Amino acid sequence: MKRFIVYALLIFCSLLFAAPLFWAVTTALKSQSELYLFPPKWIPSDWKFINFVNAWTIQPFNLFLKNTLIVTLLSTIGQLISCTLVSYGFARFEFKGRNLLFLVVLATMMVPWEVTMIPQYMEFNYLGWINTLKPLIVPSWFGSAYFIFLLRQFILTIPRELDEAATIDGASKFGILVRIIAPLMGPALILVGVFQIMSCWNDYLGPLIFLNDQTKYTLTLGLSQFKGMFGVDMQSIMAITCLISIPPLAVFFFAQRYIVGGIAGTGIKG
Amino acid sequence: MAHTYPQTVGKQSASLGPRRKRRWGGAAPYLFIFPWIFGFLVFTLGPLLFSLIISLFDWPIVGKVHFIGLGNYVEMFTDDPLFWKSFGVTLKFAALFVPLNIAVGLGLAILLNQNTRGNAIFRTAFYLPSVISGVALAMIWSWVYSGDYGILNYFLSIIGVQGPDWLNDKNWSLVAMVVASLWGQGSMMLVFLAGLKGIPKDLYESASIDGAGKIRQFISITIPMLSPTILFNLITSIIAAFQQLTLALLLTGGGPMKSTYFYAMYMYENAFKFFKMGYSAANAWFMFLIVLTLTFLVFKSSEAWVFYEGEMKRKPEKTTKSVRKGRSA
Repeated sequence: MKRFIVYALLIFCSLLFAAPLFWAVTTALKSQSELYLFPPKWIPSDWKFINFVNAWTIQPFNLFLKNTLIVTLLSTIGQLISCTLVSYGFARFEFKGRNLLFLVVLATMMVPWEVTMIPQYMEFNYLGWINTLKPLIVPSWFGSAYFIFLLRQFILTIPRELDEAATIDGASKFGILVRIIAPLMGPALILVGVFQIMSCWNDYLGPLIFLNDQTKYTLTLGLSQFKGMFGVDMQSIMAITCLISIPPLAVFFFAQRYIVGGIAGTGIKG
Repeated sequence: MAHTYPQTVGKQSASLGPRRKRRWGGAAPYLFIFPWIFGFLVFTLGPLLFSLIISLFDWPIVGKVHFIGLGNYVEMFTDDPLFWKSFGVTLKFAALFVPLNIAVGLGLAILLNQNTRGNAIFRTAFYLPSVISGVALAMIWSWVYSGDYGILNYFLSIIGVQGPDWLNDKNWSLVAMVVASLWGQGSMMLVFLAGLKGIPKDLYESASIDGAGKIRQFISITIPMLSPTILFNLITSIIAAFQQLTLALLLTGGGPMKSTYFYAMYMYENAFKFFKMGYSAANAWFMFLIVLTLTFLVFKSSEAWVFYEGEMKRKPEKTTKSVRKGRSA
């Protein structure tokens, strides 16, 4: 009996979580005549795959896709390189002020973006970077506290004997990082990469604040523009919603076990 | 400081053996952490101090800047009804969202922890909405909440309830926003799940031998053992509640009748709609202080209700006490 209740609850909750997603997909496939029916139709009688093609051409989504790919790719590469270097510095060296600096790294996670948003905007404005993709890319090349923390914890689990053996063989500190440590960091680097790809792809407030010319828009910003547009059908909005959700969902399925483990791990340590 | 590094390197590699060099490393560690130091100065510390400074100025994005001391702060407390309105809306949102978020996250984690078959599938289903963009989430919910054609009101009509036009009804818009936010908070559930898995099974076994029922076990074992995780989730929920902006911008635009005009949105509009940079920076600092105060209070109270297993293990050895004495002496 208890088993039965647990299963019933699990299935009920799954439906609650999945229903809006399912509803978005079927709406995207509906024809105009079936869109505004009450009671609504769950499954469209005629599957209009052409809706996806039509929606994609309402705005220059190819261009938005290109911008999003540039930002996501470059900022992820930057994040991986910079966070690897910094976390290695914190994990493998003893130097003056290390513990204090690491405390500062952790403390920066507490600073809300609202407080730094305006000066950053003015900074980028001064540099002439507003309305370019640079504000969305360049800061990633200087590491992010959360990822540095994650990677440092991981490096600490790698035995130091490996470093020492390499030192005897004449490897430099940088050589040790590149040849010994980095190859062993696979799972942690995948986790950082996946988190960065998803947060970059899904970012809305960054592009909203730093971009104002349509040719520079990212996908999320393009989708949000539908909100104020006149005469855009719900199936087009849902079609774009579904299309831009595919990559993060795909990345999630590919890296599920890393993500679940990663989130759980930080929670316990935090 | 930077110009002294090369000297140190030279000295150390010359006079100290390789062993000493490995231990202290000279300039190398600073070179490795340099990206973070630079980024911290330019993108965090600099802006943080600069925003404190501009909060003391009347600072339009174009035009003349002049110093007004605490004028911005005085104006927002005494002469800006929108400040109080938006602050109230955010407090109300936090009061609904934070406890519900904890309860839902914990509830789902407990369900997933029952070792049922197909656990991974259920876990994935619960987490899926957290993967997609906030914009996509907002678009989906604006359609779900639609008064005339929405799926939510359809389900309500089946049980004979005439649902409101959720997002355009000032009594329901904030509640609708809370529910939509809860939908995308799967990471909280994962953190709780990990916490539950970390509770030793033998605690439950000995409790049931002593005759404790399921509810008793939940109150006396699960909650105390999980309290550090609850603390973590409580703080992240509070911060998330105060930063909520995307949903307000996209679902309601702050309306109807400012019922979902969040504090973050008020700040955003002051900066990027009215271009009152100094005023908005003052708004931001007020929020920062409120969040810090709340976090501090939660931490302070946690001494009373958070239970750390490690502390109990250490106490019988009487080491903590003697160490503390030694330090103060």
